[in-house]
Amino acid sequence: MERVPILKIGTTLFVSIQIDLQDESVIRLQEDLAEELAATGARGVIIDITAVEIVDSFIGRMLAMIGSISRLFDAETVLVGMRPAVAITLTELGLSLRGVRTALNAEKGLALLNGSA
Amino acid sequence: MDVDNSQRRMAAYMRDHQDKVVDRWTELVVAGLRGRSSAAEVRRELEDLYSLVTRAMSGPDEPADEQAMGELRAALTELSRSRARNGFTPSETALGMFALKDAVYELVADSADLVPDYLAFSRVVDDLGLHTFETYAAAREQIIADQAEAMLELSTPVVRLWDGIIAVPLVGTLDSARTQLVMEKLLETLVATGADHAVLDITGVPTVDTEVAQHLLKTVSAARLLGAECIVSGIRPQVAQTIVSLGIEFGDIATKATLADALAHALRSTGQKVGPA
Repeated sequence: MERVPILKIGTTLFVSIQIDLQDESVIRLQEDLAEELAATGARGVIIDITAVEIVDSFIGRMLAMIGSISRLFDAETVLVGMRPAVAITLTELGLSLRGVRTALNAEKGLALLNGSA
Repeated sequence: MDVDNSQRRMAAYMRDHQDKVVDRWTELVVAGLRGRSSAAEVRRELEDLYSLVTRAMSGPDEPADEQAMGELRAALTELSRSRARNGFTPSETALGMFALKDAVYELVADSADLVPDYLAFSRVVDDLGLHTFETYAAAREQIIADQAEAMLELSTPVVRLWDGIIAVPLVGTLDSARTQLVMEKLLETLVATGADHAVLDITGVPTVDTEVAQHLLKTVSAARLLGAECIVSGIRPQVAQTIVSLGIEFGDIATKATLADALAHALRSTGQKVGPA
């Protein structure tokens, strides 16, 4: 199973998903992220999914859960770089990821976090 | 009764009376077309068809000429396609073929011994008439499909209004296919231009019912997933009344009366200002 690295930049955790997402790797990411948030006290999480071409309902739900978990650590989650096809799939699945903020790219995501901090 | 023999006898008879039959046939067809084609033109078409029909019913040597039948069908296909494209009605198109029966019948009516042969011939013409009709319908379907596609393409432009603000003027009824196309184009443009505000203008949408609202909401939530905010504009008074009486909730989506209001709203939320120079 491949692991997704979590980078800490200032008070932000940066996660760039560059692999085909498997169920286990997402669960692992969620666990790692929770631990990292607890350890660093980061205020924001940016998840870059530019390279993600396929999502299913499980991964969609896990992304929403990551958002909810971060909020418990008083950190905001921004999902950036979603592809149009992925957005359409998530909408068709009825997942609107209410607890997660979104931005077009990493730069805008960072601006969003800094603006709201 | 030998059908091949009847057909052959009939074909020979028709070849003998070619001019007379074609004259009458032309007359009938021209009357049916009500002056949209000249008699000379129709006569030329029908003469070709006539010789193909007689050849198809019996070749000079062998009983039924397969090749002539193929040619005849191809000619009829071409003819009914052009009729369909030029706006002739189905009956006018089919009449072209069926009038041949009348024209021949007027000749054979007096000679009782030709009746079985005439029946065999009539069966052939019926087949051809049906073929004409089928091609006519297929051509019409094709035209409709082409137009629907063209309309779909035409009706979904995505325009850039301002730095970071794009607009989609929706015209016509929103169905699932249209929504899908609009959504794809909108999202692609959002990604390509890096815009974070999109205005969905529904001035050109005649009615907003629950289904249309559902499609709009879907588009908005897909755009939100990309990190773009959507504003719905162009809500006319009647549409507002319908929306409220149907109990449709737009939630936290900003709605505006005009595209100008929506642009002002988007400019405000992106922190841009436009004033007199």
